[in-house]
Amino acid sequence: MTETTDPKRSIVRAESIGKRYGPVVALRDVSLRLAPGEVLGLIGDNGAGKSTLIKILTGFHQPDEGKIYINEEETVLRSVSHARELGIETVYQDLALINQLPVYLNMNLNKEKLRRPVRFLDKKAMREQATVHLADMGVRIPSVDTEVGYLSGGQRQAVAIARAVYSDARVILLDEPLAAMGAKESAIIIDLILELRQRGEVSMVMIAHNFAQILEVCDRVNLLQHGRITYDTNVDDTSIRELTDLVSAEYRGRGIRSDEPE
Amino acid sequence: MNDISTHDSGGLDKGPPESRSAGGRIAEFLLRRPESTIALVAIALAIYFTLATDVFLTTPNIRVISQYLIAPAILAAGQVMLLICGEIDLSLGNVYFMTPFLVFFGMEAGLPLPVALMVGILGAGVVGFINGSITIRFGVPSFIATLGMGFVINGLTLTISDGFPKRAPSSGVAANILGLTGFSGLMWVLIVVAVMHIVLTQTRWGVHTIATGGNRIAANEAGVPTRKIRMRNFILAACLAGFAGVLEGIRVGSFDPGAGVASGKVFEAVAAAVIGGTALLGGSGTVLGAFLGALVLAILRDGFVLQGISAFTYSMVLGAAIILAMILNSVALKARIRSQSFKT
Repeated sequence: MTETTDPKRSIVRAESIGKRYGPVVALRDVSLRLAPGEVLGLIGDNGAGKSTLIKILTGFHQPDEGKIYINEEETVLRSVSHARELGIETVYQDLALINQLPVYLNMNLNKEKLRRPVRFLDKKAMREQATVHLADMGVRIPSVDTEVGYLSGGQRQAVAIARAVYSDARVILLDEPLAAMGAKESAIIIDLILELRQRGEVSMVMIAHNFAQILEVCDRVNLLQHGRITYDTNVDDTSIRELTDLVSAEYRGRGIRSDEPE
Repeated sequence: MNDISTHDSGGLDKGPPESRSAGGRIAEFLLRRPESTIALVAIALAIYFTLATDVFLTTPNIRVISQYLIAPAILAAGQVMLLICGEIDLSLGNVYFMTPFLVFFGMEAGLPLPVALMVGILGAGVVGFINGSITIRFGVPSFIATLGMGFVINGLTLTISDGFPKRAPSSGVAANILGLTGFSGLMWVLIVVAVMHIVLTQTRWGVHTIATGGNRIAANEAGVPTRKIRMRNFILAACLAGFAGVLEGIRVGSFDPGAGVASGKVFEAVAAAVIGGTALLGGSGTVLGAFLGALVLAILRDGFVLQGISAFTYSMVLGAAIILAMILNSVALKARIRSQSFKT
């Protein structure tokens, strides 16, 4: 399965990615393509390899096999920092925010602005820019001086996503951004993602279990099953019903697939 | 140099701005700034002892307080950085007693005191590096790693000293600056506290230390070099402990191997940090709070001596103060959680 000639320009392309943890095969022969400005939904049962794939695209894990192309250029993502330098940011399930730090320092975590000549933190500049930026994206919080621990779940997630955009990300990877959120909290995030999609400045890959939300915010959906992408469709060509059937099909009647060794 | 007597922590922990009543706001300020509470306690104690004794506010007595302050305040300044990044070093007391002997042997070998001091601090730093390596490379909890290291260093110190105190340098400009004269010890305390306060609140190192202790996974994912941060703080805390040991040794005129009392030193520093509002779980704490915690302990100890209350009672009060501080911290935490759930 070689898919080297891709007519569409992609911002991120993964080709035949394989990853195993000891005896456990997490991903096998996964190929994925993300167009500029596109929002791609990644669905699949628990343990299908979604998080592993995200962690490979973000440089946190190295794939055992396969290649990654950033802007059609073959790239080895050496680390999270390296991926960030290339404009790939992640918003993790476990929320990469520090509760004890105020919003503006979280927005600038590991990218702190420093004064010259003495390299102290330039808190004033960081505060101002964080305030402007959050307002621009419609994220409402009491103040950028608020410690993140005091924010609601939706606000925290919004800050995490805004941080990714703020750091000039071109690709944002969202690992279950809507997990464990109420309707009001989810609405904050969905609005933010829709806003970003409309602007078209960033591409996003989003893991989610709620298919209604996927269909609302994504352009395209990929289904991961047993470490493989088994279905790739535009959201306009599918439905909640179809996605639900596909994800649960293997447990209904067909039993465990016998063509899978292990 | 920053004025360390203010409560400014550089905006690192400002409260939510939406305001309730004035009383509520004051309560919130006290909740959010544990240092402010402990500063009030220090002032109240100072006023009490000034009124209760004739000599509290005299220069000689203030010098005594400053002497009580040297070891716990400098040890706590390093320990608090470790506590904030989610680690602890129980061997600091032993490093404190070991380092003066390195200085002593350096001087025996003909080095001038400042160079011998550098050698001593380097030796202390090596212990910090080993502690950091055991914790970070092998994943041994620092509580255990440094507990073991404490015994090793204690034995080492007793071995190289033959278990006997050695004469400390008692003349010369360097010795005068390094604790021999009047308030030179206090000067070093203020310098160390001011510098560490700035490091914690105004530099990337400080932010990354809080991030490492607050949520290490998240800090890692953001690319914060959490191993390097922890290692640096281990080395820093050990170097400061060694430095404090030398200052104190020169002040009292002899380098003591400190058999059996090292753990007291380290726990006094932890107590100072905890009384000053540092959570042992990592992510929160201030250098200023730790300093104020040490100050409260020093004032208590001095005041008790002036009033003729025995050292045994001091120990009981120290213990009670730690427990009380922890109870207040946990009450404050609950109050914070409650105030949070009232929102949205």
